[in-house]
Amino acid sequence: MRHIISVLVENEAGVLSRVSGLFSARGFNIESLTVAPVGDGETSRITLVSIGEDHIIEQIIKQLNKLIPVLHVADFTDGPHVERELMLVKVAAEQAQRAEILRIADIFRSRVVDATPSSFTIEVTGDVGKLDACLALLMPLGVTEMVRTGQVALGRGDRSMAKG
Amino acid sequence: MELTGAKIVIQTLLDLGVSTVFGYPGGAVLFIYDEIYKEKKLTHILTRHEQGALHAADGYARVSGEVGVAIVTSGPGATNAVTGLATAYMDSIPMVCITGQVPVPLIGNDAFQEADIVGITRSCTKHNYLVRDVKDLARVLREAFHIAKTGRPGPVLVDIPKDVTTQITEYVNRSEEVKIRSYRPNLKGHAGQIKRAVTLLKNAQRPMIYTGGGVVLSNASDELFHFTEQMNAPITNTLMGLGAFPASDGRFVGMLGMHGTYEANMAVSHCDLLIAIGARFDDRVTGKLSEFAPHAKILHIDVDPTSISKNVHVDIPIVGDVKLVLEQINKQIESKSFQKSKPDMTPWWQLVEEWRSKDSLAYTQGESAIEAQYVIQKLCELTKGNAIVATDVGQHQMWAAQFYDFDRPRRWVTSGGLGTMGFGLPAAMGAQIAKPDDTVVVISGDGSIQMNIQELATCLQYKLPVITIILNNGFLGMVRQWQEFFYERRYAETDMSHQPDFVKLAEAYGALGLRAKKPNEVEPAIKEALASGRTAIIDIHIRPEGNVYPMVPAGAALNDMILL
Ligand SMILES: Cc1cc2nc3c(=O)[nH]c(=O)nc-3n(C[C@H](O)[C@H](O)[C@H](O)COP(=O)(O)OP(=O)(O)OC[C@H]3O[C@@H](n4cnc5c(N)ncnc54)[C@H](O)[C@@H]3O)c2cc1C
Ligand SMILES: Cc1ncc(C[n+]2csc(CCOP(=O)(O)OP(=O)(O)O)c2C)c(N)n1
Repeated sequence: MRHIISVLVENEAGVLSRVSGLFSARGFNIESLTVAPVGDGETSRITLVSIGEDHIIEQIIKQLNKLIPVLHVADFTDGPHVERELMLVKVAAEQAQRAEILRIADIFRSRVVDATPSSFTIEVTGDVGKLDACLALLMPLGVTEMVRTGQVALGRGDRSMAKG
Repeated sequence: MELTGAKIVIQTLLDLGVSTVFGYPGGAVLFIYDEIYKEKKLTHILTRHEQGALHAADGYARVSGEVGVAIVTSGPGATNAVTGLATAYMDSIPMVCITGQVPVPLIGNDAFQEADIVGITRSCTKHNYLVRDVKDLARVLREAFHIAKTGRPGPVLVDIPKDVTTQITEYVNRSEEVKIRSYRPNLKGHAGQIKRAVTLLKNAQRPMIYTGGGVVLSNASDELFHFTEQMNAPITNTLMGLGAFPASDGRFVGMLGMHGTYEANMAVSHCDLLIAIGARFDDRVTGKLSEFAPHAKILHIDVDPTSISKNVHVDIPIVGDVKLVLEQINKQIESKSFQKSKPDMTPWWQLVEEWRSKDSLAYTQGESAIEAQYVIQKLCELTKGNAIVATDVGQHQMWAAQFYDFDRPRRWVTSGGLGTMGFGLPAAMGAQIAKPDDTVVVISGDGSIQMNIQELATCLQYKLPVITIILNNGFLGMVRQWQEFFYERRYAETDMSHQPDFVKLAEAYGALGLRAKKPNEVEPAIKEALASGRTAIIDIHIRPEGNVYPMVPAGAALNDMILL
């Protein structure tokens, strides 16, 4: 099963390689990983997506907690949460297809962030399903390049990760 | 007071109570060594190889319970330390290793003797640091000690660039205050879990106690003894747990696992409650996972949540320090009502005694070839079971585990998790330094001893009367045994018969060299070495193709043993 795991860490040198190194050293699967400083800049928040059986995910969470600079770990899968990912897609846009591309962009409430006579770059935000669906429609039109941020998530309502 | 980084290193060590460090100098640590030269309160032991320094610090830690400290230089000094760190990491031994590093402005430039040791050792240390600012130095060292010895212990590496050792900053002794907001091991058992555990303990008809290195690390032997008495259950130890419970007590059924006794493995296979204490269900212990303790509920006490339900599903986990948790449990099971409602253990003990009567460790010592088991038994007898025994890795290690009876913890020094050949002699040096008045013996093989034999010079320099017994079979015996059993006797590259004259080699170093080739020469040789008070090597020629029995083949179930 797919799990979104948030890891609050001390924002110090090498912390990202401790986390990613854990996954490679222990053979844990990692689908995506994002990281950026949050709050006062003393902590960073890593969001990672992993797919695995329950006991593997349990080990992952325990192993993450065991890393010294890790302050808190949360698995969002069981509780209500919002998740988002951002994708930039560059589509070859010859004259005949330009209107179609814009229509698709519109359906997915995405924005054109760059345009040239021969291409559009589109920014799409949403959960994985939405991004995949959008991509499926754009693909046949000639996607030349794309990038995705990987998912981020927050618990719904008052839930928040303890801050150490 | 204002001090240089190098002086801060030494002062912090002293303020933390360190009296002995093991190390090897080099360019990046010259300023630190200059301070070692000036500071008379700190003893430095110069080994002959950085790996030796790390293993010596490790042996020192295992025997004393203190944090072992090693200092090595950058680059090759640091990479030579890696095996020592990995060995300590696998066995959860508290250590701090200080490595020199190239000056901060050169880091990342492929500078002379630069190695990214923090990157290299990330997965074989509990934690590691690169200190870029002298202002962080004292705090980082204190944190390193705190992390090394608390929770599940382990080695911590502190990498110090050369320029940081020359910079000056204010130093204040704050040894007591370490606060790391992201690191707070849980030590006391959860009350609800304790209650559930006690219910299981009360109802078990065939309880079996399985304890490991965690009991030693937690200094919980007394609590374990009391617990076992109250339960009146059979108890087995892992290789790492030997000595935590007295081998001479009737409830002890020997080691379990691949080379464990028949009774220990059968009892685990038939118990209805397995009480795992400070043990981590290693694959050498469990054999085939799906058939491990198939009839049992499992109760597991461990300070490290990652050890729990990692390999085997645990019914009642208790996260906490063994000593504290056993105290909590003992309070409840001492009660009359607990004792009264407990099932009668007689039928269970009858079964266990039946298995024990198989005498799975039996062997016969003939007239001509020396049996390894006989050597260890003689050693145990002649040292009255009171020696500190360090080992290398192989058959000799297993024979030592099976035939030397330890009644006390911290007398058995062996590399279990990593299985590092070359560990024994340097670890024994560290042990001897921690316990100068005790007899320290290394049990080694003709293969292993050659991996760190240079440390004989260290023993001589510091007058350490370590006795090394080489169980010389002319083979990499443990590997040969596997080739005999599972590869149709194709002895690929396990013949070690081309070897030095170990007696002359000992003498060349200035040590006592002795040899035994016949059974009746064993006892006199051991006696002579013990009486000499000198560093000694006893080269004992054993039957070349002797095997360690019993044996559970890798991947087989525990009750599926090869008996002699
Ligand atoms: C050639 C060879 C053959 C071997 N054959 C066998 C064999 O037949 N049988 C055998 O048993 N082993 C054998 N081993 C050793 C084996 O590889 C493992 O090292 C060993 O089984 C692990 O022991 P342990 O479970 O006690 O764990 P350890 O490695 O000692 O781990 C200690 C456990 O206790 C926990 N702990 C630490 N401190 C505390 C505390 N204060 N409070 C609570 N918990 C704590 C830790 O988190 C950890 O889970 C062999 C090794 C070699 C090299
Ligand atoms: C550094 C290292 N290299 C290789 C091994 C694999 N290995 C395990 S036991 C063994 C044989 C050890 O031979 P010896 O020291 O002569 O002991 P014996 O088994 O004969 O008692 C080997 C090669 C190891 N454990 N450690």
